[in-house]
Amino acid sequence: MRPEDVPARSNPLFEGQHKAVYVVDADGHYRIAQSGGSEAEVTVTEEAVHWFEKLAADALARARCGETSPMEYHMFRQRMDVLTLSQATGIWQWRVRRHLRPARFARLTPVLLARYAEAMGLAPDQLKTLD
Amino acid sequence: MLATDSTPAPTPPAFEHVQSAHCESGVITSLLRNQGVPISEAMAFGLSSALAFAYIPLVKINDLPLIGYRMLPRHILKGLKSKLRLPLRFETFRAPAEGRRRLDELLDQGKVVGLQGSVFFLPYFPVNMRFHFNAHNLLVYGREGSDYLVSDPVFGNVTRCPARDLQRARFVRGALAPKGLLYYFDRPLPAVDPVPMLRAAIRKNCHIMLHAFLPFLGCSGIALLGRRVLKLPAEKDPEYTRRFVGHIVRMQEEIGTGGAGFRFLYAAFLQEAADLLALPELQRLSLELTAIGDEWREFALQAARISKGRSEMNLRLLHDLLVDLSNKERAFFRTLLKAV
Repeated sequence: MRPEDVPARSNPLFEGQHKAVYVVDADGHYRIAQSGGSEAEVTVTEEAVHWFEKLAADALARARCGETSPMEYHMFRQRMDVLTLSQATGIWQWRVRRHLRPARFARLTPVLLARYAEAMGLAPDQLKTLD
Repeated sequence: MLATDSTPAPTPPAFEHVQSAHCESGVITSLLRNQGVPISEAMAFGLSSALAFAYIPLVKINDLPLIGYRMLPRHILKGLKSKLRLPLRFETFRAPAEGRRRLDELLDQGKVVGLQGSVFFLPYFPVNMRFHFNAHNLLVYGREGSDYLVSDPVFGNVTRCPARDLQRARFVRGALAPKGLLYYFDRPLPAVDPVPMLRAAIRKNCHIMLHAFLPFLGCSGIALLGRRVLKLPAEKDPEYTRRFVGHIVRMQEEIGTGGAGFRFLYAAFLQEAADLLALPELQRLSLELTAIGDEWREFALQAARISKGRSEMNLRLLHDLLVDLSNKERAFFRTLLKAV
């Protein structure tokens, strides 16, 4: 990779940050260059962000008509899925799935609710709302 | 050249931030440099034989297989610790409060402390880079009020992190849970001279790439991934196929690798090693690895366009590139093994 292959302007996705990448300069020596994000990198990051946004939007729509609990929306919004949430809380996946159902979610004990909230980095009360 | 005098450098009054491509090699480089050892990130990476390839279909992240271009987390820290006989001490904690107390204690003693934490809970990361990756490494060099003074090697400048967020990042549960891991030098450093270690480190890395006894590691892992790409359900489930392809690229380019999944970083190491060992052959091989890295970048670009739906879903093309890369890397590491 040559210094001129590295985009200098920080991509909006990276909020003005630059990453260090290794380039070969004209004398054939390796040095560090500041990259604002290559096309490949920016594209796949966007795709990964969109994936969770899509899941969250879908969960939001279903939560509004009572087909799922608000917790599923928050899970995707915090870029988690059932597996990551299960690992982060230490609650088995089948239990997590069950807790995501609206009827079961409504009866969730404060202790379990707090465990979910802690793992997602949200307040327990926020899990019950859709904002 | 590296410092060879054995008198320990006094703790420097001002902390010097070092930006690096990769968090783990960056953290150890920064720790050493702030003790007056002028080591480069590439040297830290190469000495610990950290270059690898792994495609592990059994371990899933959001339904996608684990794909890695380097050895497991902590490999660099542990590798350098044993190679250079560094007095690097690791501590983990069962109780989060104890972890915080210990961190404060060490900082008050004037130490620079390395930490492991989850990227997702670190507020100084751009929002779009925050995913649940628990094995990120960063340095803390002081505290002020309820903020910690953070030097994260993947960013250009030092920053701050509120204690609450740092605490959360250090004590997340799940895959690769940090358990509050912190590390620091607990004794003065011995004289550091990597030169006698270089050949063995390079040989070890060649063996990792060539002779791993499992088919999903090293050069054969690259070919295996190539064959897997060809079998993706492009017709039946185009969305999964696009995510899979994008995922390969994310692991290669987005997760601080210095470009081309650490291949450029290793090429930079070989260039340094060529000078230190006076082996011009390594200089030539460094250029060869750079060419392989450029082909990885070409692969990333094609794959990214496919994952975005910008170009036609040509899985045959990706397969051919991966198989070619696998062959080239195999030939490369065989030559490298003979050269040292």
